[in-house]
Amino acid sequence: MTLQLTKEFASDIVDKAVKRGATATEVILRQRTEFSVAVRLGEVEKLKQSTDQGVGIRVLIDGRQASVSGSDLGQEAITSLIGEAVELARLTSPDDSAGLPDPQELAVTIPDLDLYDEAIKKLTPEEQIEMALRAERAAQEYSNQIINFDGGGFDSGHGSVMLANSLGFAGSYRATSCSLASVPVAAEDGRMQRDYWYDVRRKLSEMDSPEDIGVMAAKRTLRKLGAKSVPTQSVPVVFEPTVTRDLLGDIFGAVSGESIFRKASFLVGELGEKVASQRLTVIDDGTMPSRLGSRPFDGEGLPTRRTIVIRNGVLESYLLNTYTARKLGLRSTGNAGRGLTGAPVVEAGNLYIEPGPQSPEEIIKSVSRGFLVTELLGFGVNIVTGDYSRSASGTWIENGELTFPVQGVTIAGNLKEMLNSIEMIGNDLDFRGNVAAPTLLIGRMTIGA
Amino acid sequence: MSTDAINFFFDRYGLTGGDIDRLLATALARGGDYADLYFEYKVANAVSIEEQIVKQAAKSIAQGVGVRVIVGNKTGYAYTDEITFEAIARAAETASHIARSGGSRQIAGVNVTPNTLNLYPVETPVSRVELNRKIDLIKQGDSVARALDRRIREVQSSINDEIKYVMIASSDGRLVGDVQPLARFGITCIADDDGNLQVGRAGGGGRVGIEFFERQMTPQQFAREAARQAIIQLEAVATPAGTMEVVLGPGWPGILLHEAVGHGLESDFNRKQTSAFSGLIGQRVASEMCTVVDDGTIPDRRGSLNIDDEGEPTTRTVLIESGILRGYMSDYLNAGLTKAGRTGNGRRQSYKHMPLPRMTNTFMLGGTDNPEDIIRTVKRGVYAVQFGGGQVDITSGEFAFSASEAYLIEDGKVTAPIKGATLRGNGPETLKHVTAVGNDLALDPGVGICGKEGQTVPVGVGIPTIKISQMTVGGTQK
Repeated sequence: MTLQLTKEFASDIVDKAVKRGATATEVILRQRTEFSVAVRLGEVEKLKQSTDQGVGIRVLIDGRQASVSGSDLGQEAITSLIGEAVELARLTSPDDSAGLPDPQELAVTIPDLDLYDEAIKKLTPEEQIEMALRAERAAQEYSNQIINFDGGGFDSGHGSVMLANSLGFAGSYRATSCSLASVPVAAEDGRMQRDYWYDVRRKLSEMDSPEDIGVMAAKRTLRKLGAKSVPTQSVPVVFEPTVTRDLLGDIFGAVSGESIFRKASFLVGELGEKVASQRLTVIDDGTMPSRLGSRPFDGEGLPTRRTIVIRNGVLESYLLNTYTARKLGLRSTGNAGRGLTGAPVVEAGNLYIEPGPQSPEEIIKSVSRGFLVTELLGFGVNIVTGDYSRSASGTWIENGELTFPVQGVTIAGNLKEMLNSIEMIGNDLDFRGNVAAPTLLIGRMTIGA
Repeated sequence: MSTDAINFFFDRYGLTGGDIDRLLATALARGGDYADLYFEYKVANAVSIEEQIVKQAAKSIAQGVGVRVIVGNKTGYAYTDEITFEAIARAAETASHIARSGGSRQIAGVNVTPNTLNLYPVETPVSRVELNRKIDLIKQGDSVARALDRRIREVQSSINDEIKYVMIASSDGRLVGDVQPLARFGITCIADDDGNLQVGRAGGGGRVGIEFFERQMTPQQFAREAARQAIIQLEAVATPAGTMEVVLGPGWPGILLHEAVGHGLESDFNRKQTSAFSGLIGQRVASEMCTVVDDGTIPDRRGSLNIDDEGEPTTRTVLIESGILRGYMSDYLNAGLTKAGRTGNGRRQSYKHMPLPRMTNTFMLGGTDNPEDIIRTVKRGVYAVQFGGGQVDITSGEFAFSASEAYLIEDGKVTAPIKGATLRGNGPETLKHVTAVGNDLALDPGVGICGKEGQTVPVGVGIPTIKISQMTVGGTQK
């Protein structure tokens, strides 16, 4: 049965687990309804509609932890799951740092962060199909070099999260989201290139228009046509916002408590030290109204907050949940993430680089010869050592001007040096998702060809 | 046996063959060419040791049914996590809306078909073993790794296992099932030499029972490998940048093929003509030393399946034969649209996902060269034996994969270890530069996870030692 899930339902499960022998328990419930349409060449290709729900139960017995999850929320199934959790918890080892947060850290009020948009819930399949087709049409009509599409479509969903624990916390919130994407393919001289553009928001009214998305997708695809390689050399490298976002993801990996307590980060032992150019300020904020990374409480029930991770180049804070905070003798930063299975992890809220003073055009103008990177391929980042090596595409810069497209090269360096040689940061911070960054200029990286 | 899975679903959920036929009829009530129901019940477990204590034990139970309706090139999909006639019928009704033609279709009436393949007749699935036996294994891995070198500072060792019951019913009369065990042992070591931190990883498994880890690929072997890698990385020097000769070791370096040609040869991209390999059947895409196959029929392997997730038996598909492109990997939809045969490559992450053409075990056949001789022919190059992951843009053909253990080759000798670097190439071009293929084909130890359109599936890769005469190495030294 698809139950109407409430935080009281979550609290009931907590009570059952405590009665079964748990010293402490935490229960998360998730419910989500989703619709997605994929279009291609003016037609609907795929239509998918679904509702799903699940429960995750974390149980502690005298410091021993175990977790279980399931999608059957009937009485019998829940009772059985609790039994499994209690059994498993007898066999793990006691761990002082595991366990629920300190009671005084838990959220007392649940703020309304305006994460739910009735307009998204009311969207009909026909309206979503139409928006997806409009984006594709706009990309197609932009240029006759757009000859095909590899994908594109519209997704929407609404759902809720309920969290309760045996310290008496019980909270819930609901949220919506929708996204639109177009993936055009262009061809020149028998060689094809593909790129994409998209938008994703919690509110329909904040979405870029389908036409803007389609045109941007077409432009990004066309600018790759005729791409060629350049010789191996060391030059300044400019990262476009989508690429800087990728770098910010690497920074997250390095400041996450999970990497730090495991000594698996090049930023271990650097708290309070200068780790980057003084131009760089990185902020994590889980409280921004209507943004994708926002929620009123984290995966353990702590209030989310705004944390300055790097301030003017100095590493001011790691991002932590209760476990990693205890391991490091620090306080949680309200960054617990919780899937249905497993113990809480560390998750970003809205993670962004503060915009700088220069426009992207000024940044490019300042480079006499260099590489504007617009796409990265591969996973060649070692967070433990900072070693960085990726395959890259983009545009060659000569005398401050964008010239020909580049493809078939690598860029390499080390994150420590890269962060310290950020020379310029753009004013084009673009929030599209929960990780956002502007254009930035790195003094020198090695291009391999 | 395949009928075990079918009996499991019928008994547990009180469904009959007649119910199945009625559900398929509901799915096709608005018209359509084909419908299928994918039943899944999966139990998954994870246990790990870190800082020498068993920190986590987790278990998840998931079940549900996905209903798919196909009309021409269109697919409608809905799923439910409630396995009752009423809930599945609601999902079938939702999925049926993809068809607008009206007029329902005759359902063939399903008949049980036993599987022809029996690739994983596991005695003791890891998912049915009591936790303590798994804890013994991860503890062994942990203590062996720590004892190997005083510089090994942190060790994390884990076992992830699952057992999945599937039953697939399709409107062409097929009713098949399978019981799919899967297990993986993993270990990560952090070495710390006076502040020089390095990481090493090892792991393996497959559709195997607990005995595999107790007797065949043991925690000790994995621990030695992970610790060894971390220690070697302590000495690693900067990697050269630029195009040079690259020799790949056997096994997991086969990820080269998965990225360079694998995804590009999935039939959806070729049907849409968005792959760099579109329209190249019969053309040369690799040196004549290269024969690359995708084979889902290898016993015990992580990437193997008795039946794909559309109920079609898996096969061995020759993708590239002596350098000539021969075929693509197909699922039901794309096989029909391109009028090609099905190859048993229709896979899905779960009942919540639509099938797509996916790889199973993708590897290059061994040649005749001696691996040591191959290295001796290289004046200046890189020898890469372990990798992390990779990625590909199938339209331009650009791909990249990242080495985690590699060495310089200088005057035919393997010398200094070098920091991990990304190797890049272009799918239809790179394999044309394969100039030596060793006689030591190996498949990876059982760690591959492939992602496509937001769906992950377990896969295998393999390769013998090969030499590529020119490949871009993404180092920092010019």
